[in-house]
Amino acid sequence: MSLKIVVLAKQVPDTRNVGKDAMTAEGTVNRAALPAIFNPEDMNALEQALRLKEQYPGTTVGVLTMGPPRAGEIIREGLYRGADTGWLLTDRLFAGADTLATSYALATAIKKIGDVDIVIGGRQAIDGDTAQVGPQVAQKLGLNQVTYAEEIEKCEDGKLTIRRHIDGGVETVVAPMPCVVTVNGSAAPCRPANAKLTMKYKRATCPLERPADDKYAYLYEQRPYLNLNQWSVADVDGDPSQCGMAGSPTKVKEVVNIVFQAKESKTLTSSDADIEGLVKELLNDKIIG
Amino acid sequence: MANYYSDHPELKFHLDNPLMKRIVELKERDYTESEKFEDAPVDYEDAIENYDRLLQITGDVAANIIAANAESVDLEGPHLENGRMIYASKTVENMEAATKAGLWGLDMPRRYGGLNIPMTTFSMLSEVISAADASFQNIWSLQSCIDTLYEFGSEEQRQKYIPRVCAGETMSMDLTEPDAGSDLQRVMLKATFDEKENCWRLNGVKRFITNGDSDIHLVLARSEEGTKDGRGLSMFIYDKREGGVDVRHIEHKLGIHGSPTCELTYKNAKAELCGSTRLGLIKYVMALMNGARLGIAAQSVGVEQEAYNEALAYAKERAQFGTKIVDMPAVYDMISRMKAKLDAGRSLLYQTSRYVDIYKALEDIQRDRKLTAEERDELKKYSRLADAFTPMAKGMNSEYANQNAYDAISVHGGSGFIMEYKSQRLFRDARIFSIYEGTTQLQVVAAIRYITNGTYVNIIKEMLENEVSENLQGLKERTAQMLEKLETAIATVKEHANQDVQDFLGRRLYNMTGDIIMSLLILSDATKAPELFEKSANVYVRMAEEEVNGHASYIAAFRPEDLEYFKAREAAAE
Repeated sequence: MSLKIVVLAKQVPDTRNVGKDAMTAEGTVNRAALPAIFNPEDMNALEQALRLKEQYPGTTVGVLTMGPPRAGEIIREGLYRGADTGWLLTDRLFAGADTLATSYALATAIKKIGDVDIVIGGRQAIDGDTAQVGPQVAQKLGLNQVTYAEEIEKCEDGKLTIRRHIDGGVETVVAPMPCVVTVNGSAAPCRPANAKLTMKYKRATCPLERPADDKYAYLYEQRPYLNLNQWSVADVDGDPSQCGMAGSPTKVKEVVNIVFQAKESKTLTSSDADIEGLVKELLNDKIIG
Repeated sequence: MANYYSDHPELKFHLDNPLMKRIVELKERDYTESEKFEDAPVDYEDAIENYDRLLQITGDVAANIIAANAESVDLEGPHLENGRMIYASKTVENMEAATKAGLWGLDMPRRYGGLNIPMTTFSMLSEVISAADASFQNIWSLQSCIDTLYEFGSEEQRQKYIPRVCAGETMSMDLTEPDAGSDLQRVMLKATFDEKENCWRLNGVKRFITNGDSDIHLVLARSEEGTKDGRGLSMFIYDKREGGVDVRHIEHKLGIHGSPTCELTYKNAKAELCGSTRLGLIKYVMALMNGARLGIAAQSVGVEQEAYNEALAYAKERAQFGTKIVDMPAVYDMISRMKAKLDAGRSLLYQTSRYVDIYKALEDIQRDRKLTAEERDELKKYSRLADAFTPMAKGMNSEYANQNAYDAISVHGGSGFIMEYKSQRLFRDARIFSIYEGTTQLQVVAAIRYITNGTYVNIIKEMLENEVSENLQGLKERTAQMLEKLETAIATVKEHANQDVQDFLGRRLYNMTGDIIMSLLILSDATKAPELFEKSANVYVRMAEEEVNGHASYIAAFRPEDLEYFKAREAAAE
């Protein structure tokens, strides 16, 4: 059995090693002051995909990312570790996307890629920390989803057996494919880049990334695998009004510093009273409204 | 994230050495392989970028996996189970990471699955891995045994074994026996030809074999019955898949705990002859040992760096008498010497590696075509330089690693003596560097003829012709004076015409020579990159001068009859 796997990955500012210039005066992330890295939990997701590739010969792993041209680096990082291909969604019309517009773009690209068995990504990105994109992609594609995955234990009869990391323990679930899986940071760390693959793919770029006076430009014809897929809104037949700033209803109203006082999760029963209480709490905190 | 390569820009400086251009050109045969292999470089810059990427990957694995596992490996160590050696669990993790990263068989030709990297790059990788865990460097760098199989084995043997090493199978060189340590001519392990099965059979015992339960062994054995010296010894390949060799014992050692040191019993083990009979010791093991010595020099430099890092970090944090200890003269004297030894020792390591690269690459070309007259001269020149420099790089660096590890503990004070600190492990690990692959005393033996026959003196004179920057001129002049003292000392020792006196004073001549060569290397480095090396050049030349003067006085005043004061009592009584 061979699988077609798409890994969702994002280039993010490295917020784990923040200095004093990490935030702008306006309260947004100062991207210039932080190095751009492969989102850590997306790395965990990539590892799960590569393990499936090792187990099931013929499986292909592709890395799908959205961002400015320099985000091509995310695809290369995937290729260095054993991914087969990648797609960079890059277009001014994609810029300024919130999670809704991002998941629209990704879902549209996945449809364009076609016949995907597993879409797998990190639980959340360290810049936004929303954990919304994976589930929204599943919703838009009408696929099953498994969140907080820690390990894909097996793949049999068109179903994945997945161990999830949940509050206070683990849970093993079985999900029919095709499905969307989001991976928790507690999953196995990703393997290092491979020397030979790095030498092979180090100049793999999408056209927009290439400098005008590149002395190795002749290689792009000789070695077709050095040409990365670069897709615009039109290339994925997307609706511009649902992309980027235009498709993003989220508006930042205010940014405040908070300190977590208690643990981040709460256990509720399924009683109406508990659920009503939670909804009221979220309304009061202006988390929903 | 920490990276053991890019955190130390001194490494990149050596990667960019001008001689690399010639090395890469020879290794890559004018870049013709780029048409056949996707990972082959298309030109010099592309090759250097490949090496840089490889070093980045290794630096990442070293810092974030191997170094993180080192303490656990040191505590757990390998163990014996039914005649088999089982690595410490974190050593296995390191090996898996090295396999995923593709860090095996790197200097082998691409047609067998290697990356065709030069020895200089390989030494850098070795250094980086050793800094993370010297015991893992042993296991990893023993893959270099494949160089000997490549050089002297048949094409069939190359095709059988090299791809396996490139895929992560390990190697060992089974030389030492209970009665054959430094004196390998006494090897007794018996090789007999089995006419029925048309193969060789090995019987006997090997001791102190590093990584002795490896997948592929190179074994020194006596194939010529009735012989007693080195000319009766041949080299064999033992494939663990064939069976017949068991591990009887794993040694408990002072350091490099993760590296299994095994006693092996050969019971009718099937083996293949590598090369011709009778050349085992006199040709193949010599080649093997030269490679291994360079490996230990690199292992030493890694520990020199790590010991320096530990000392510096602690001294910057630790305050006593209301001031950080790093600001106290007695402490920065130690730390600056550590850095100077590191920078000078590293420069010697890579100078040696480059010499090895040029002659090895030419030798390899010679396998396919006749060399031109110029190429033959080049081969001769660099082969001689490599022979002279290898025992210097190994001996001096292995001593420096010990000295730096000792000083790292001194800087830590009482904490350095506590097992929770890394310095004690470095101290224990370093101790073997000046012993295995030939003790420092044997490195002196290997180097001494190049000292007395003028090879080194001529190199030093050539090096003195290189320009140094204006502010280093004074140091260069002091180094020139050191050379005069060395020449006088050599002449004095020769005039005695007494072998015992020469053997006794040999170490002092060796140190003087090493001091002067490294002074000139660090002056050259400081001229090219003052921001990296100017301080070390100032510290090192002063330190060298102090030592050279001391040795010069000692040798000048020495009389052959003085030997009597030094002989051990028992010997004197006999």
